[in-house]
Amino acid sequence: MKAVTAARTGGLARLSDFFFRNRGLLTAFLLLPPLAWIVIVYLGSLFALLLQSFYSLDEFSGLIVRELTFATYAEIFESSNLQIILRTVTMAAAVTVADAVIAFPIAYFAARYARGGAKALFYLAVMMPLWSSYLVKVYAWKLILAKEGIITWAAAQLHLTFLLDGILAIPVIGGPSLSISYLGTFLVFVYIWLPYMILPVQAALERVPRNFIEASADLGARPGQTFRTVILPLALPGIIAGSIFTFSLTLGDSIVPQIVGNSRYFIGQAVYTLQGTAGDIPLAAAFSVVPMVIMGLYLAAAKRLGAFDAL
Amino acid sequence: MRSEGAAWPLRFAAAAGLAFLHLPLALIFLYAFTTEEKSFQFPPPGYTARWFGTAWFDRPDIWPPLVLSLKVALFATLLALIFGTLAAAALARARFFGKESLSLLFILPIALPGIITGIALRSAFDIMNLPFSTWTIVLGHATFCIVVVYNNVLARFRRTSASMIEASMDLGADGFQTFRYVVLPQIASALLAGGMLAFALSFDEVIVTTFTAGQQATLPIWMLGELLRPRQRPVTNVVAIFVIAVTFIPIIFAYYLTRDGEHIAGGGK
Repeated sequence: MKAVTAARTGGLARLSDFFFRNRGLLTAFLLLPPLAWIVIVYLGSLFALLLQSFYSLDEFSGLIVRELTFATYAEIFESSNLQIILRTVTMAAAVTVADAVIAFPIAYFAARYARGGAKALFYLAVMMPLWSSYLVKVYAWKLILAKEGIITWAAAQLHLTFLLDGILAIPVIGGPSLSISYLGTFLVFVYIWLPYMILPVQAALERVPRNFIEASADLGARPGQTFRTVILPLALPGIIAGSIFTFSLTLGDSIVPQIVGNSRYFIGQAVYTLQGTAGDIPLAAAFSVVPMVIMGLYLAAAKRLGAFDAL
Repeated sequence: MRSEGAAWPLRFAAAAGLAFLHLPLALIFLYAFTTEEKSFQFPPPGYTARWFGTAWFDRPDIWPPLVLSLKVALFATLLALIFGTLAAAALARARFFGKESLSLLFILPIALPGIITGIALRSAFDIMNLPFSTWTIVLGHATFCIVVVYNNVLARFRRTSASMIEASMDLGADGFQTFRYVVLPQIASALLAGGMLAFALSFDEVIVTTFTAGQQATLPIWMLGELLRPRQRPVTNVVAIFVIAVTFIPIIFAYYLTRDGEHIAGGGK
């Protein structure tokens, strides 16, 4: 090797030759700056978060006591805080189920029937809402769900006002108007996370071999049976992969319930309010560990079901 | 033989799903032209274009957040381009123990919910007694923008052939010349696409920013304030249309740039 490559002159050239011969060093040299950034800024911050969660807030002075204690974690188990957690997990589960149901036909159509230009169009149609402004999307729903808004108008035009009023009268999920109810919060969550469910389900469905379906039909299965026993099991990893997104994003959202919903807190709002006006960073930190633990359990379960092969 | 067309319930469900995804944004445009500024009355009682003028001339509170958002997005994109490209270049072809965990590490900031990144940074600022500034916002944004550039450039590196680099070196170019004349032209459009996506992501980000901005307002934070305490509602819609434009144009452009990535020279070896 050395015999063929004549040594180049000049500092830069020599440096580049050196790196060409020592690929490992080049990799290390390239990797160092971004790795340092992620480790210091991100992992460092996560460590700070963990550390803060073991600090506590002095109730009288309002100052953070920088001594390690489990007292802050104990506060998480107070009933009002447990309610917040339960409320958030229930919402995340409901949103995930609804998204899976709405996403499946779109993904199925895109994977099996759309071809060529139509397929590209489908892809764009899913990607554009995914990438468009989060806050604008939430705002759009504030317009839709407002008491004087389009849904109330549409219900009146179709003489279905009684139906809307009936739904709003349902205890717990209802409220004075859609924009001040759990139902409203639920709709907005379902909407903004839907593309995150469509894409992995579509990816899983694309991988279902066509001849499996033909074989199933040849062996005498009705379309419904083929769907239940062949397509759905093969799409399941995709659904689980999508559910990781919808579940975790709902679990950690702090904006949607502020804008659309009744004033009861979700985990994200609790974290945001605690660190802000209350100045209780330790409790906010401990609270944010809760979705991490829940997601850890969820991911462990998803891994067992093979969800990561579909990402 | 079964026909290849989809059954009508499937067509209907898919179409309804897509409509559900797209119709809400249309309302943002409609309400920018309403004459009603105190409520979200539908249908609007009348139509006017005057809110565009109001937003531009009579609402000086919009400009500082806009400038701050542009500044933050610019710096965050720049940092993300540098770090994301370096990380992608390092991990594209190297094989070593722990590589999978390393690439996971770069994806982590976008995989974990925004409040975790937000409260983590907030905790760190508090421990270090770091006061809020433009840079605390940039710090957070750059961290989750790196992965966007990283993903784009990594995908491009995987599609380009390593033999081009070897050929360049064999023909006497040094590493820097090879980078300048062979590698850079190959990854340029991926860089541009990644950079634009990162810009859009940063310009639009609100959750992490609420934790790292303190009293400062970026444009999304200004919008959040308007949503919680509305005044002149159609003006918010005008700004929303602007935000849609600023985020959409780069995304469409990025899609266009990376669309036919498979046809890059040397990719089909």
